[in-house]
Amino acid sequence: MEKGKGVMGSGQRWAVDFSDNSTAPSSRDILDPLGFTRASVDQDDSTVSRQKKDAESNWKAQKAWEVAQAPFKNLLMMGFMMWMAGNTVHLFSIGITFSALWQPISALQGVGKVFEPYKDSKVELLGPKLLFIALNLGGLALGVWKLNTLGLLPTHASDWVSSLPPAQEVEYSGGGIPI
Amino acid sequence: MAIRSFFVPFLLLVLWFYSSLSPVLSLYEDQVGLMDWHQQYIGKVKQAVFSTQKTGRRRVIVSTEENVIASLDLRHGEIFWRHLLGSNDVIDGIDIGLGKYVITLSSGGSILRSWNLPDGQMVWESFLQGPKHSKSLLLLPTNLKIEKDNVIVVFSNDRLHAVSCIDGEVLWKKDFETESFETQQVIQPPGSDLIYVVGFAASSQFEMYQINARNGELLKHESAIFSSGFLRELSLVSSETVVALDSTGSILLTISFQNGEISFQQTPISNIVEDSSGPAVIIPSSVPGIFAIKINSVTIFIRVIGKGKLEVVEKLNQETAVSNALPISESQQAFALVQHAGSEIHLVAKLAHDWDANLLKESIKMDQQRGIPHKVFINNYIRTDRSHGFRLLIVMEDHSLLLLQQGAIVWSREDGLASIIDVTASELPVERDGVSVAKVEHNLFEWLKGHMLKLKGTLMLASPEDVAAIQSMRLKSSEKSKMARDHNGFRKLLIVLTRAGKLFALHTGDGHIVWSHLLHKSEACQSPVGLNLYQWQVPHHHALDENPSVLVISRCGPSSDAPGVLSFVDTYTGKELNSLSLDHAVVQVIPLPHTDSTEQRLHLLIDSDKHAHLYPKTSEALGIFKREFSNIYWYSVEDHNSIIKGHALKCKCTGEVADEFCFDARDLWSVVFPSESEKITATVTRKLNEMVHTQAKVMADQDVMYKYISRNLLFVATVAPKGSGEIGSVTPEESWLVAYLIDIVTGRILYRVTHHGAQGPVHAVFSENWVVYHFFNLRAHRYEMSVIEIYDQSRADNKDVWKLVLGKHNLTSRISLFSRPEVITKSQSYFFTHSVKAIAVTSTAKGITSKQLLIGTIGDQVLALDKRFLDPRRSVNPTQAEKEEGIIPLTDSLPIIPQSYVTHALRVEGLRGIITVPAKLESTTLVFAHGVDLFFTQLAPSRTYDSLTEDFSYALLLITIVALVAAIFVTWRLSERKELQDKWR
Repeated sequence: MEKGKGVMGSGQRWAVDFSDNSTAPSSRDILDPLGFTRASVDQDDSTVSRQKKDAESNWKAQKAWEVAQAPFKNLLMMGFMMWMAGNTVHLFSIGITFSALWQPISALQGVGKVFEPYKDSKVELLGPKLLFIALNLGGLALGVWKLNTLGLLPTHASDWVSSLPPAQEVEYSGGGIPI
Repeated sequence: MAIRSFFVPFLLLVLWFYSSLSPVLSLYEDQVGLMDWHQQYIGKVKQAVFSTQKTGRRRVIVSTEENVIASLDLRHGEIFWRHLLGSNDVIDGIDIGLGKYVITLSSGGSILRSWNLPDGQMVWESFLQGPKHSKSLLLLPTNLKIEKDNVIVVFSNDRLHAVSCIDGEVLWKKDFETESFETQQVIQPPGSDLIYVVGFAASSQFEMYQINARNGELLKHESAIFSSGFLRELSLVSSETVVALDSTGSILLTISFQNGEISFQQTPISNIVEDSSGPAVIIPSSVPGIFAIKINSVTIFIRVIGKGKLEVVEKLNQETAVSNALPISESQQAFALVQHAGSEIHLVAKLAHDWDANLLKESIKMDQQRGIPHKVFINNYIRTDRSHGFRLLIVMEDHSLLLLQQGAIVWSREDGLASIIDVTASELPVERDGVSVAKVEHNLFEWLKGHMLKLKGTLMLASPEDVAAIQSMRLKSSEKSKMARDHNGFRKLLIVLTRAGKLFALHTGDGHIVWSHLLHKSEACQSPVGLNLYQWQVPHHHALDENPSVLVISRCGPSSDAPGVLSFVDTYTGKELNSLSLDHAVVQVIPLPHTDSTEQRLHLLIDSDKHAHLYPKTSEALGIFKREFSNIYWYSVEDHNSIIKGHALKCKCTGEVADEFCFDARDLWSVVFPSESEKITATVTRKLNEMVHTQAKVMADQDVMYKYISRNLLFVATVAPKGSGEIGSVTPEESWLVAYLIDIVTGRILYRVTHHGAQGPVHAVFSENWVVYHFFNLRAHRYEMSVIEIYDQSRADNKDVWKLVLGKHNLTSRISLFSRPEVITKSQSYFFTHSVKAIAVTSTAKGITSKQLLIGTIGDQVLALDKRFLDPRRSVNPTQAEKEEGIIPLTDSLPIIPQSYVTHALRVEGLRGIITVPAKLESTTLVFAHGVDLFFTQLAPSRTYDSLTEDFSYALLLITIVALVAAIFVTWRLSERKELQDKWR
């Protein structure tokens, strides 16, 4: 929407409005062409758009549920991958575990963004969001569980004593075979 | 896309990383000599024979007290060849036969060998038996021939042999019937076919046998009795005259046996020497017409003139060494005298028949630290003006060997280093600003050239000559031998004490001698015998401006109750800081785990009356000691009667002189082994300075076992008294070995295991909570190695994670050994191929790195064996989890991987000990092996995980970084352009 403006002469001012007024209801000071009744068109248009909006919000809600369920597939795939990776600590299993941990976290961080396109006053997003969060938390739990099975979580006594220095002894003795 | 393209090189990097983690620790060929060094020695020379024929290289053949026969280059002192005979094959005599064979008589005169002179190959060997043990004498007459065969005359095992020089065949032999006949000399007058054998029978009878050298026939046997007896030493003055001393050492006896008639001529020493006091000793020499005696410290040369008349020619007050006679022409014989005078030594060469004329008289400046000359060997050469020149080979008090010629030291060898008795390590000084790199890199051009060469090498553009230049540059890197501490702690000083009582400081970088110090003789102690080395002061936290010092314990004389001498030596400079002559003996030295404010370590010296003396004698040390008084114990092992006793300190000494640093001891406990069935053969404790990182051992299933880590644990191995001899001397039923683990504070036996059918010698090493020992299994006819690991069961229930997280446990609080320990042990045995001379274990700064056993094999090499092979948890079929933990499937014998020889292609001849010193870098340990040779290297038992290896390709890293940066730029530009295009669309 640009407006060309020019200044010519000292007293005279004129302006050309290039704006396209074909769709928007233009200002009422210009008469409508003959045989054109504005009222009927207006009414017609609003019913169509309402229907359209309903459909869109339905579609959005549906999509939002779909998006919310998407991590489930991911979860299954992750589970499969983890099963494939085995319980030994090596590059592959660590990579998978960390991606399994990272994916839900990043997804949880971007909950708002994921559901941004489906934001609508009429669409109830709490349900999908909760599901999404729950599924991702499930994924996270799976990742943590995997981490634990790999033995990378300090849940055993061995994880806490492995760097304990030996206890000092009170007594001291030396000697040996006479030199 | 981007992720994938990054992933591929990453994967490659990871693959490379994994491939470099192979368990074999070996060297590449060009890494030899980079971090290790090897030095060859021969030991103190006993006898030297020169071989200076016109053809061939000039050399000197020597036999040494370390049982080495060696051929040395006369020009540079390098070793041409060398043979180390076994310790029970002591060399009695050497000589050169026919100008091309080295003849050696060894093993108490029962083995005669001939070696090829140029290359040291053995030509023949013959065994000479005889009725009884006796003095062994080797004689190679120059012109005695039997059927065109040169003859070697050997007197050994109370029998006279004539052996062919060509093939070692015994031509004839002759026994002597006289009871208790002790041969002193075998004489072969030149130009005759006679051999005289002279000696003593009983204490007062002089015996002479005249033998036909051609067939061993006894021609004449005469004996004469001298009522006051003889001292057992003879000096030969001519082929038919010897000089002896009577049993009081005050009368000289000239014994001549011309024409088979024995006649004595008595000359009291006081008649010819005015102020003689005390008994005299004959110095063995073979100069015709002249002999030497020693009264107190005065050496007196006496000439025999005519019919048993004696005349003193010279009296020398200084320490003097005399050489044997050297024939320089038909009728002339020369000999050399070496005298020690302050910082100089005086060399004199004289003709035997003309005392007043000197063929040679020189003074040479000599390092004070070499002490007095002990031995001298003379050799001559013809100068261009046809006069005689002389070269002298001198053995000094510190066992070093020097060749002197034309008033200068041509070469010297530090052969004292062949007999190291103790080693300790010391830090080098911290680098100061004064030492700059510019001093090391000669000039900018050299520096640039070096870097250009290196660059060429990395880019693989170097020619073979360049490669050789790079290699020599790497080997001679000035960084290695710098006299300052390095960041990784690889550069250190090895302080070694030799049998001669000399301290050497060796630089670990290239093994050069930084300083040397001969232990001083004092008024109170004329001949100190060095025993042990201890770290006296190691400044690190406080007192950083003080130099570290070592404590040398020596003893004044050979007996165990001789008074001790303490010397404190600064390890930076080699100066003796202080020397204390003690009024008590030193039987045991106990370094205590306490230091005073100047970081001097407290030492407890136990004397022969079981009094404990505290050093340093300061009130501060006494204060520290008093605080810990009730917690200090000591134990003594009496291996001759199989008792181990524990003692505690009681009170101040109850003596005439009040000494507050002296404490009485009381017996606390004793472990008495049944003497009819057990005899102590080995005792081992943990090293005092060993660091242990953790007390827990984590199993594969996350379970924890707590190691029983105690400094006060003693491993004792006893064998059946019958089986203490050689291997195979008993049947398996009669021999057994019992291993004990004993707490040396309380005397509690924590573990005991019997190996039936096992025999010593036992070699053991103790580290952390395990002990590994090596013995012979008579049933399996193989050597075996056993491991015992000991765990603390009383801590095993510390398994509550929350308590551990919050620190509510008592695992690190101080414990008393008087509380009853509950231990469990695990043990396992394996066959091992080699017999072992020494076992050591690697030690690192923090004790995190896994351990390797260093085994000195019978082939004088050092083998590194991973401790994982000696893990009692090994089983035939380990579970998956155990495999992941690194447990190796059990095999009956320990593998010997050829690449894991630490000494690679080298041999440490006569290996006696292996010492490990931790470097500052946790992954690395420094290993020093000593015997007749010295060897040093760095080891990383788990590879150098905390630093980049020497062969890390920095060029590749740099190229990768540059390529990555370039790639980032290119892709950024491309993406920019693409974005712009998208916008225009």
